[in-house]
Amino acid sequence: MTGKDKNEKKIVKEIRIDLDKCIGCRACEVACSAFHAKPRYSSTNPARSRIRVIFDDLNDVYVPIRAGDYTPSECTGRHTYTINEKEYKECSFCGVACPARDYFKEPDSGLPLKCDMCESEPPLSEPMCVQVCTCDALTYAEKEVEGAQVESREEMEVGLESMANKYGWQKVIDAVARMSNKG
Amino acid sequence: MRYAETGFNLEVDLSRGNIERVETDPRLTELHLGGQGTAGKILWDRVPPEVEPFSPENLLIFSTGLLHSTPVPGANRTTVDTFSPQTNMYSHSLFGGFFGPELKHAGYDKIVLRGRAPALSYLWIHNDKVEIRDATHLQGKGALETAALIKEELKQPEAQVAAIGLAGENRVFMATIEHANSSASRGVGVIMGDKRLKAIVVRGTKDINVARPAELFAISNPMYRAIYDNKFCGDTMAHEDDEEFHVNNFAWGNARARNVGFWNKEREERWRGITEAVRLRWTGCYNCPKDCHQAIKVPGKQTYFQKCYSKLTYAMAAYEEIDFNYDFLAVTQEYGLDGFSTPQVLAFAIELYEAGILTDEDLPDFPESGGDRFYYLVELVVNREGVGDALANGVYHAARQIGKGAEAYDHNSMKKFEQVPLKLGMINYPYFLMYATGEKMNITQIEGSYPQVAIADKEERQKFVDRWDAAPERFKKWFLEWEPRTHPTVEASVNICDWNETMHYIDDAIGTCAFLSSFRGQFGGRPPYHIYNLPEFISHATGRDVDSDALWEIGKRNRNLIRALNIRRGLRRVDEKPPEDHWKKRDPEMETKLLSEYYKFKGWTQDGIPTRETLDGLGLDYVSEDFLARGILADSAGE
Repeated sequence: MTGKDKNEKKIVKEIRIDLDKCIGCRACEVACSAFHAKPRYSSTNPARSRIRVIFDDLNDVYVPIRAGDYTPSECTGRHTYTINEKEYKECSFCGVACPARDYFKEPDSGLPLKCDMCESEPPLSEPMCVQVCTCDALTYAEKEVEGAQVESREEMEVGLESMANKYGWQKVIDAVARMSNKG
Repeated sequence: MRYAETGFNLEVDLSRGNIERVETDPRLTELHLGGQGTAGKILWDRVPPEVEPFSPENLLIFSTGLLHSTPVPGANRTTVDTFSPQTNMYSHSLFGGFFGPELKHAGYDKIVLRGRAPALSYLWIHNDKVEIRDATHLQGKGALETAALIKEELKQPEAQVAAIGLAGENRVFMATIEHANSSASRGVGVIMGDKRLKAIVVRGTKDINVARPAELFAISNPMYRAIYDNKFCGDTMAHEDDEEFHVNNFAWGNARARNVGFWNKEREERWRGITEAVRLRWTGCYNCPKDCHQAIKVPGKQTYFQKCYSKLTYAMAAYEEIDFNYDFLAVTQEYGLDGFSTPQVLAFAIELYEAGILTDEDLPDFPESGGDRFYYLVELVVNREGVGDALANGVYHAARQIGKGAEAYDHNSMKKFEQVPLKLGMINYPYFLMYATGEKMNITQIEGSYPQVAIADKEERQKFVDRWDAAPERFKKWFLEWEPRTHPTVEASVNICDWNETMHYIDDAIGTCAFLSSFRGQFGGRPPYHIYNLPEFISHATGRDVDSDALWEIGKRNRNLIRALNIRRGLRRVDEKPPEDHWKKRDPEMETKLLSEYYKFKGWTQDGIPTRETLDGLGLDYVSEDFLARGILADSAGE
């Protein structure tokens, strides 16, 4: 690693979440799934959304969380957080696509979904979920930080890796080779 | 390919445990759009008038709206349609929240329930997998508590649940169906209980296709901001701490007397304090930016949700201090009781006690204060114990079962159903018509597009009309001519009633919330959705182009079909009488004229029956044929 890399500046995009402001309308889920549908806007299916509102209405828990990384195995998930006298399960703050729950998996294939901050050409002013969050539970911020650029992986690669975790690389390679020969 | 709808209904026979996924006729969507409209068609085809509401042959239909699960904000109201044991007529209610969209993502436009389960059960719908499951362990559980227990049991935190409480289980006529922050009232919960269905649980992850996705998204997306910024829509009164309007204008007790002067600055201040102490947050429904429902937590009681109307209705009915209301709602919400009719039923019982018609024998150890009496009575009602068994049938039936002159205390029901406790001075022409002729039983489901009051200042009036995009031209003319404290003409009154109800029939077919359209033109005149912009949303969603005239025609068709359901069960002109004391000053001659002119305008006979010409013109030939065969209409098809 060179010194130049270390001092490289990059823009980090952030979605800030104010739990007290969330009204639980799930417009963020609708807009996210619409934007990421192929063709774009062809589906508004919350099951495909990369942001979900974790609901526990009897305990006043409304937590929008964004899809993060994929993990093949679930964690112990044993923490319970008490904030302002309200109890939150650890999972309520976790954006990982994991086997313990249905969030952030394509309903058809089970492949993991990940928030990409609506990166697109031309770029959006703000991610879609933030645009439709009129109550400002979600707000958008950009900040400049120093540090090396981390190469972001494409969605397909994330999916491929999860397939490999499930079936083993050899099986996946064999299948790809076989299928591409046919094509 | 079916657009905006799934094209399938779920048919469930609870007696036999039979479950079928049935493809629907796309032609019916063109004719009725969906929701209440297509539910009306099913009720017409499959529930003949001989069927008693408490019969396995009666259907209970949960319908999504045509625009549910599309990007259109605020399309989330599920309709529930059946026949009511209270009125022996068509019964209809709606609830917001998340249920309809979830059902559509599971692959169904409707759930059509028939039969009666052998034991208390719940229906679990998970996409293509549907099962009827035992619910005997949930017997007596609160409605929202039931939802939480089932989600835990199925390990399905994302499932949406509609459930009844103890009131529904015991076939109390005022029973509701509760879902998340919303509830359906007006006689549908009692049928769910009769069918021994404790809950319906839905989880859906499928896509809904729309015809022109990019175009629909482009007009839908700006609506979030437009709705959020529009101060005339949503449940505007829910957010106010000044309850003067409800407290002064609605009658207290058993719809008995107004209590003007009760509300003052001191109470308003205290009310704000009470409300802020129990409110957890404001919540919204699926894909809508308005936060109309308060999540309420009273210490020691379970969380519940509340809209503006029930804020003080129980306190007013019980002649209690304002502190009483949130505490008592915590009880009634879990039992699943309707906040419109229940307060009147309980207050009616107190009136009968004070009149000596109900005695200490009927109500042993009856407490002194109104509030304590309400706690006492509600237990009798939801358990159908003692005199509670009669009270559980609503004021009209209870009065007749109790007898001894109790009928005289049934003064606020029409078509055997409790009306909103509004007792006003001078008769109001359009309101007379809306009360008299509405099939939806509650004025809030009929009124809403034309303003309730005139604007005195001519310049302001002109300004109002200039930006009144929602109104057809003829209403602008009438509004400009309307001076305060004068009546609109008969012609205008008939048209006002027609416009108001038509917008509700449209909303209830496509699933858009009345707080964003049909109910929300009457104050401010700027509903986000109206007859002129809805066609574009519907056209892009379905791929079938409709214009405003065609949409109005569909509303008219649905209105006549629903009317026909009641006509076939015996409804006639003689039943269309608002409560005697609804207005202090009545005008019998004008009322007769109004009703006659309204029937004429509607293309109905002078007995209120849609004529053959009207029905055939709307493509409802099968209705006119049935009316002729039954002798409801004569062959001449005229009067």
